[in-house]
Amino acid sequence: MNILNMIPTIMMVTAPILITAIGGMICERSGVVNVALEGLMSIGACAAACTAFILQSTGAGGGSVWVGVLIAMLISGIISLIHAVAAIDLKANQTISGTGINLLADGITIFACQVLFGMDRTDTIPIRMHTDGLGFYPSFYIAIGVVVLSWFVLYKTPFGMHLRACGEHPAAADSVGINVRRVRYIGVFVSGVLGGLAGACAVMTQTTQFTSTLIGGRGFIALAAVAFGRWTPIGVLGASVLFGASQALSVLLSGTSIPSEVFNIIPYAITLIALIAFSGKDFAPRSAGLPYEKSSS
Amino acid sequence: MTKSSKSTNKTDQVWIDRLLASEGATSVLVVILGILSGTLIVALLGKNPSSLFKAIWQAFVGYYNKGKGAWSVGPLGDTLTYAIPYVLCGLSMGFANRVGLFNIGAEGQYTVGMLAAHAFAVCIPAFPGQWLFCMVVAVLAGAIWGGIVGILKAKFKISEVVATIMLNYIALYIYRLVALYLFPAGLTNRTYRTADLASTSILKGVFISESNLNIGFFFMILAVFVYWFIMEKTKLGFSFRATGFNKDAARCSGINDTQAISLSMAIAGAFAGLAGACVLLGSLKFGRIMQGQDNYGFMGIAVALVGNSKAPGIFLAGILFGALRSAYSLMQFMNIPREVVNIIEGLIVIFIALRAGLGKVQEYRAKQKIKKAREQEAAK
Repeated sequence: MNILNMIPTIMMVTAPILITAIGGMICERSGVVNVALEGLMSIGACAAACTAFILQSTGAGGGSVWVGVLIAMLISGIISLIHAVAAIDLKANQTISGTGINLLADGITIFACQVLFGMDRTDTIPIRMHTDGLGFYPSFYIAIGVVVLSWFVLYKTPFGMHLRACGEHPAAADSVGINVRRVRYIGVFVSGVLGGLAGACAVMTQTTQFTSTLIGGRGFIALAAVAFGRWTPIGVLGASVLFGASQALSVLLSGTSIPSEVFNIIPYAITLIALIAFSGKDFAPRSAGLPYEKSSS
Repeated sequence: MTKSSKSTNKTDQVWIDRLLASEGATSVLVVILGILSGTLIVALLGKNPSSLFKAIWQAFVGYYNKGKGAWSVGPLGDTLTYAIPYVLCGLSMGFANRVGLFNIGAEGQYTVGMLAAHAFAVCIPAFPGQWLFCMVVAVLAGAIWGGIVGILKAKFKISEVVATIMLNYIALYIYRLVALYLFPAGLTNRTYRTADLASTSILKGVFISESNLNIGFFFMILAVFVYWFIMEKTKLGFSFRATGFNKDAARCSGINDTQAISLSMAIAGAFAGLAGACVLLGSLKFGRIMQGQDNYGFMGIAVALVGNSKAPGIFLAGILFGALRSAYSLMQFMNIPREVVNIIEGLIVIFIALRAGLGKVQEYRAKQKIKKAREQEAAK
């Protein structure tokens, strides 16, 4: 098989991981760790599939795909606000509320399918995203756009500097008048919206319907990409492409002498090894995962 | 203000403050709130929510089997069978939690435990007492998998949350690689099961023959006692708890915090490893090749949180979540989507996270009390 022919497939698999990872990166740079990415992707995928199917069954055309994508972004964004309230306002343990959303996502997605379709998955969506002349899905271009935009916002705008400050030293940011609470809310919400977008892209490109195994750990791969990519857009891009390629190869090279599980294991093993190798040098935002307590004095 | 009204006001205050301060009471509240939310969702669908309560009730007491003309306690057996891995994974999460660590990795530790038990049940010829042998290697495997995280945390300062998430998936794919390519193949369906487990490795059923309830249940109860004993009654447990309260203070008072973190993660892993052996040898009983995660490890997080990381609390919470899972199966035959159980489980964990907000209420009430006292002082 020609490696060039594989590139569109690799990009198709990479796009959802990349979009989610950029969201996770922005969230962590603002100072909130979001382990709910997996669940947010799942909710987004389910919402997009249900919306598109329902619209298309009433006779809507290709535009329904994009309505589905928007609804997915909206719903995942709203669900992510649960995490925001818990992590920012109530100063709860961020891993607990993230885990809660992941468990909840398992329930509500299949529950919604049961209510709407009477089975544990959605029906087959007739119209999905189409490839262009080069074999790329729109999700590829969306992902590239998200990376460029995130880089621009993070490093070239005042807001980006505020966001990074809130993740490094919220007290210092607060002292110069930055609204830490507001910035962190935006960070979490963006990760929810991008998680929903990624889930929608996954269901509209890689498959024909939503099933409970569709996301299958890719939210956690995105989390790994954030750490392996050292919390920068370029790093996350590289990590996501690497992880996406290993995921794609596990499917593309199935039937050959190399078991697909070897490729599946790569993202997690590499990230773990990298964390050990980089240990001591701290690339993570200093205050990620720590609630900010405004001192009363 | 008359004397009598003042005193009733006082007792009233004490009642609410006690409730807010009691972890056990808020846990019960959180569970009730979760089930009520599930009820509301079912009601909003226009379905009768009583089926939900009926299923949960039957998960504890069983039901009347018309076909057999007899009372069936099978659902109770299922409840207790599910409770085995739930409690054990809850102990895994809880043990680490008491040392100030967040063990998302019970899932991976459970997986390697199951793999170790699988290996010793399928690759060596049958011999008496093989099941005990399998359980011991599962405990060791889980301990190693957990211990790795502890060492990474203690020596390399790597976040245990990230490390355990990675190790969960590494464990899953190692299981698949080993079971698919190294274990003897089953006669049919190579991709789903290996050769049969040796009959001497299967855990014996106990009490309720209509379910898979097995002697793993006694090991689970033993584990609860071991947890309680280590944590509350030994010097080691004290060093664990001290590290959990304040790592730096513990080190200053001569506690080896590096050892505490590594060792506690290994013990946490051992509990989850035992869960893996109990599920494979007690409930499944065939050479199963994992297709995806079983989620017992993740549910263990919920169990430990509801049980406030205390041995009796984890035991009760594990039984409760076992009942919810048993009810999930029963609801297949009732006219409501059984996934409402998953929603309840997720909401319970979210409500526990939101419970942190109760601290603010307490703070507010304490401030009000001081203010009132000052006003009264001023009035005098």
